[in-house]
Amino acid sequence: MALNRDFVGRTYASKSSYEVSRVKIREFAAAIGDGNPIYRDRDAAQAAGHPDVVAPPTFPIVFSLQSGGEALADPDLGLNLAMVVHGEQRFEYVRPIYAGDELVTSSTITDIRSAGRNELLTVRSDIATVAGEPVCTTYNTIVERGGAA
Amino acid sequence: MTATVKYDEIEVGYEIPAIGYDVRRLNLVMYAGASGDFNQIHWNERFAKAVGLPDVIAHGMYTMAQGGRFVTDWVGDPGAVVDFGVRFSSMVVVPDDDEGATITISGVVEQKLPDKRVVVALTARAGDTRVLSKARAVVQLA
Repeated sequence: MALNRDFVGRTYASKSSYEVSRVKIREFAAAIGDGNPIYRDRDAAQAAGHPDVVAPPTFPIVFSLQSGGEALADPDLGLNLAMVVHGEQRFEYVRPIYAGDELVTSSTITDIRSAGRNELLTVRSDIATVAGEPVCTTYNTIVERGGAA
Repeated sequence: MTATVKYDEIEVGYEIPAIGYDVRRLNLVMYAGASGDFNQIHWNERFAKAVGLPDVIAHGMYTMAQGGRFVTDWVGDPGAVVDFGVRFSSMVVVPDDDEGATITISGVVEQKLPDKRVVVALTARAGDTRVLSKARAVVQLA
């Protein structure tokens, strides 16, 4: 089923902040098989010039879609989640994410288009600290297989 | 921040040697838990096949994370990645056996930017299939 184009331009702000913890960064690093001490050990991170342990470059995927996720589940959008695969992803950093950061995300559906038999939907998520300092912008394109057929 | 690779010592065309990263069902279960992406196509073979996939497939983000690991291990500092984008061009099928799949990643410095930054173009393969396209990282060097 074609996705509802009326959703393009809609913005969804996170209802609560996301607190980046050392434990979560360690868990994520373990899950991707990355043993880098800068993800696990505050002393190692500080020795490398960071205030605390650093989150891996793809870490924002953990929380950046929380606010947009509500939109994707909206029946009016017409998305069949069982047919969704990931199309494209990008992370654009102002600075690294550190343990202790308290982050808020604002997600905007920037594009919905057809490509062959598929429907493509792109979400931009602007991530900032609760104090308003921009940290990272992510771009996420999902593919609904067969959605345009 | 302490990238260990020096900008002045890197030229366009510099090749970063390939590394193979294993991906087994266990990795996908761990990734599902850590990332919060519990889509059944990443762990339930019955479900994956019912929606037309050949078998369980890896999270695209798992593959992308291996690309991130490749770049941060090269540059020596995870904080040095200032931009990282990929397109998921093909699925990584992960069979339920002891071998799983292997994602092989290599890189080449494609461009030198101002402020001691470079663009690294990544190639990621599972078997003979390219699983990422347009994979680029902008990295801050020393």
